[in-house]
Amino acid sequence: MNETLKKKRLATVWLGGCSGCHMSLLDIDEALIALVDRVDLVYGPLVDAKEYPEDVDICLVEGAVTNVENLELARHIRTNTRTVVSFGDCAVTGNVTSMRNRIPISDLLNAVYHEASAPIGVEALKVLPALLKKVIPLHQAIRVDLFLPGCPPGSERITAALNALLDETELDLQPHMRTFG
Amino acid sequence: MSVITLTINGELVSARSGQNLLEAIRDQGIKLPTLCYLDGLSTRGGCRLCLVDISGYPRLQTACTTTATEGMVVVTHNEKINRYRKMILELTFAERNHTCAVCVSNEHCELQTMAAELGMDHVRYDYLNPQLGIDISHEKYGVDHNRCILCLRCVRVCDEVEGAHTLDVRHRGINSRVITDLNRLWGESESCTECGKCVEVCPTGALFDKGMSVGEMKKKTNFLRRILDGREKNQWNR
Repeated sequence: MNETLKKKRLATVWLGGCSGCHMSLLDIDEALIALVDRVDLVYGPLVDAKEYPEDVDICLVEGAVTNVENLELARHIRTNTRTVVSFGDCAVTGNVTSMRNRIPISDLLNAVYHEASAPIGVEALKVLPALLKKVIPLHQAIRVDLFLPGCPPGSERITAALNALLDETELDLQPHMRTFG
Repeated sequence: MSVITLTINGELVSARSGQNLLEAIRDQGIKLPTLCYLDGLSTRGGCRLCLVDISGYPRLQTACTTTATEGMVVVTHNEKINRYRKMILELTFAERNHTCAVCVSNEHCELQTMAAELGMDHVRYDYLNPQLGIDISHEKYGVDHNRCILCLRCVRVCDEVEGAHTLDVRHRGINSRVITDLNRLWGESESCTECGKCVEVCPTGALFDKGMSVGEMKKKTNFLRRILDGREKNQWNR
């Protein structure tokens, strides 16, 4: 296959977010069909790959960086990805995920796990990665190449951003297409 | 009415003598961003977004608090000014907890719109995440200090238009808070006339009608010009 026609390697990642941005990605409707002709989806909640691969062209990162696992993965993504996109408000601003920043971690864990009963009782703490003292937006953890705000970003924004990334052109969103919230 | 001539972005233009520079600029169809300015209220130069370069001045000036004068040479947009405006917005977002997605004013917010218009797509500063309160003791209205940008339109409209001066500010700088009466709960205020003008002029979701959910709070400020014209031009006299 000609080098210029080679499919781009696309990954999507779900950090501290609600997966709404991924739902919105699925909501781009028929544009998905055009997308699969142009990309190989190599990692993310939508595919069965255990390890983040090497040599990824584009990664859409949903969610804020909330715990040490997120932080490690974010750094790993940066090392192995050409273009990292902050995908949605949680990645861009911290958004709802960062509303816990005003509450001490011990109080949070007590309220959510120690004082709660199954299915999220105290035994869940055994597998919970250590929380960062403060939730941070992705660009405060790693260098980010493109910001796509929105909670979630609408299908028009996602399509425009993906097309620009795949065509390797500058993304020029109109003001109403780049609002937070 | 005498007319003056000044230069805005390299073009010779005329303005009314004594006219505020912000209005003179906007009269030329130039979009100059503001958040604290509201036609009809006194000006205070609080939001800093209308910063312009005026020849002869050592630093940028807020157009809203500057009087246009004869021969003034003004630049409203350049690389430096645009960069400063973006920084100002980023600092505003970092200072309090503006979580657009869960705000009563989502999609109807002047701060949110301004960020998109000025191309502020992320905040480079650390978010301060301050611990701020909400006062919903009033029967009809609420104040969420997390969303407040200290534009003080509410304070001015309460004093200058309604004449109640229920609202004011305590502390200084980043610690400033809009208060009711002498820092009493809004619901216990004796001076508040419950007119709701403060809520309508608030550019964000800081002041809201109680019972509003995410994105439901829409505000209208057109009442202001109508009241002031009626008052100042005696349109109400028969």
